[in-house]
Amino acid sequence: MADPRDWGGALGAPAPVAEPDLRHAELYAKGKTVHNKRIDGPFRRFKWLVMLVTLAIYYITPWIRWDRGPYAPDQAVLIDLANRRFYMFDIEIWPHEFYFVAGMLIMAGIGLFIVTSAVGRAWCGYACPQTVWTDVFQHVDRFFDGDRNARARLDKAPWGVAKTTRRLAKWAVYLAIAFWTGGAWIMYFADAPTLAVDFWTGNAAPVAYATVAILTGTTFWLGGFMREQVCVYMCPWPRIQTAMLDEKSLIVTYKDWRGEQRGSLKKAAKNPDQYGDCIDCNMCVAVCPTGVDIREGQQIGCITCGLCIDACDKVMVEVGRPRGLIDYATLDQCKAEAAGAPATPAWKALLRPRIFLYFGVWGAIGAGLLFALGTRTHTDLTVSPDRNPPYMLLKDGSVRNAYTLRLRNMEARPREMEVAMVGLPRGAVMWTDAVSIENAAPVQIIAVPANETKIVRAYVMLPPGTDEDDSEHFAFRLTSLDEQGEQDIAETTFAQPIPDTPEDDE
Amino acid sequence: MVNKRIDHPTGTETVGHEWDGIEELNTPLPRWWLWTFYATIVFAAVYVVLYPAWPMIDKATAGTLGWSSRGDLAKEMTAADMARQSVFEKIAATDIEALPANPELMQAAVSGGAAAFKVNCVQCHGAGAAGYQQFGYPNLNDDDWIWGGTLTEIEYTLTHGIRWQNADDTRVNYMPAFAGVLDAGQTAALAKHVLSLSGKATGNPVGAQLFAENCAACHGPAGAGMPAMGAPALNDAIWLYGGSEAAVRKQILAPRHGVMPAWKDRLDPVTIKMLAAYVHSRGGGQQAAPAQPDTQPARAVTQTADKVKTDG
Repeated sequence: MADPRDWGGALGAPAPVAEPDLRHAELYAKGKTVHNKRIDGPFRRFKWLVMLVTLAIYYITPWIRWDRGPYAPDQAVLIDLANRRFYMFDIEIWPHEFYFVAGMLIMAGIGLFIVTSAVGRAWCGYACPQTVWTDVFQHVDRFFDGDRNARARLDKAPWGVAKTTRRLAKWAVYLAIAFWTGGAWIMYFADAPTLAVDFWTGNAAPVAYATVAILTGTTFWLGGFMREQVCVYMCPWPRIQTAMLDEKSLIVTYKDWRGEQRGSLKKAAKNPDQYGDCIDCNMCVAVCPTGVDIREGQQIGCITCGLCIDACDKVMVEVGRPRGLIDYATLDQCKAEAAGAPATPAWKALLRPRIFLYFGVWGAIGAGLLFALGTRTHTDLTVSPDRNPPYMLLKDGSVRNAYTLRLRNMEARPREMEVAMVGLPRGAVMWTDAVSIENAAPVQIIAVPANETKIVRAYVMLPPGTDEDDSEHFAFRLTSLDEQGEQDIAETTFAQPIPDTPEDDE
Repeated sequence: MVNKRIDHPTGTETVGHEWDGIEELNTPLPRWWLWTFYATIVFAAVYVVLYPAWPMIDKATAGTLGWSSRGDLAKEMTAADMARQSVFEKIAATDIEALPANPELMQAAVSGGAAAFKVNCVQCHGAGAAGYQQFGYPNLNDDDWIWGGTLTEIEYTLTHGIRWQNADDTRVNYMPAFAGVLDAGQTAALAKHVLSLSGKATGNPVGAQLFAENCAACHGPAGAGMPAMGAPALNDAIWLYGGSEAAVRKQILAPRHGVMPAWKDRLDPVTIKMLAAYVHSRGGGQQAAPAQPDTQPARAVTQTADKVKTDG
């Protein structure tokens, strides 16, 4: 796999040999626009399908409604940053459960590993947003300016009225797509119908307009103009993938042992023995969305979208030669085939220990998350004792401690909750800022609003004469007073003054 | 000499330079990269004109926009003050004893008071308002109030201070020193009697007699104290200068007297009102109604640390 030429190819075609009178080398490569030719075939159709599905998910998801009752938003997928909640259909994630999001991100990462070791750079070729939007913009190009040759001609044509009009119209469509992309993004962060109205009436938050402006700009620039430059120069993923691919990875390969010596049909007709199957028609280069020549071998610019396979297969059928001169295969399979072994079906590349290992880790994390999701409670109590002062001696000699209780009600309905003290000596009472000291009791009932954390300042008092240790371990127990009866226990301490030894402070 | 050629193993053109047989391959950066670099230079040039940039001898160039981080701060502070203005006005217009009846206003007052406390009061009373016994700075969390623990009384103490000479209406009292008046035996007997009021020692007739003659006028016959004139209660568990017999003896012979500044000249009345609300909310505040037992804490909505909106 480690043909050093890969890196040369990554930078586009080798720089043309400079004119002899040039004294210094060109330090900067001129950009060249890739005018990819239209092609149809199984991979192109698959690409259409993936584009359709991914764009549909992206644009439609925020508009799906999901009834959660009167106390929670009815948007199926909502990242509610202001209220620190993440809603995804029946799942509601609170900030303290961020490990679910972290777990999902880890799964997404390992998922990319699985895909890479199973089918190579399929993410790059089909599902990556940069690929999808580049594809969309290239189709806009084709719609306005025609196919490959017409576009190349128009690029070179002088800027007349016709060209200017066409370019402006095209860029307007670029901008519209870019704006729609940015506009869809913000819908994930607020109630979509409300935000859409607010946005157009000028009532949305400034951050919404700023986000749309930035994403419109980046989409316009990255999708409309930078395109494959992003993959080749900006994106870290192709670099990571070069480290992950090996001779058992599925990649798009040109079977040079079969194609070389390449030559036109005419030449081949004259000297049939000297030429291979490649008729050097350049179709594989013409259809490539990143403009690479796959015949140079594996390279960073190849996103393995398979369009060159579509193109080459078509040509091979036309000239009456077997398909698969360019095909998905592993380097090992290529070597075996070159040595005369029969072609291995591509799916055999999937049977690798690495994939099972990745899949095992991925599945274990997924199962763990599902288990955590299924067993989590919707009631939570945290306690922080006042540390300054740790205890308070009252006039009658009783000792008071103050605590900040956080009662979390993760249900989308208000609930009554009982707070009790466990493990304190008899006579210990508690009151809160809502009930005064004459209502002090060992147990208090507190109403917690739906979907909220109620912060309660609680005082606990021990009558005089109960001090044994300088601090007493006990716990607050929270019980939801409904049919679920969920409980949570939070341990804390009751601090007391060191018992009096009257004569020792002289 | 420039001697370009294609490097065979890599298929890449060399830049044409050669040092002792080492050649450099030409893998050019894309031109847009260069343009990005130029764009950053343009950005920097524009930035230098618009914003403070070049360090001069005493300060940096000001920039044509006149922006400064200090100006930003002033703007934000002004905006925050404006936002609080209506609440301040409401607090100013509300009688302090009527504050607890309006939980929202009380909460705002407690928050503002907590912020002001951190700036003005923690030096003596401590960040947790627990005071320092060894220096005689009283604890503000408990239910023992030398000068009274209702909102009105706390506000008065804050406004006029205690033994603050520059304030006309300051709270003032002095306990006479009994050094030279009582001998050692009498002092010990009196101290024992004082401690017996809260059950810390057994009483004695000599001490009781001395107490009735010398102390009961201010501290009350049972040592319950007299908040109106700042005479501390002696029959409870709380001792400003220590509750050991030695500490009590010391206080009888040479009493110490704490001083608190009058805040009316330093703080505005609203801030003082908010400070009173905060101190009152610490768990030991007393109700103004005379029928209530004085151990009752405020019905007020107390404040938790994370709700404090303004931070001194």
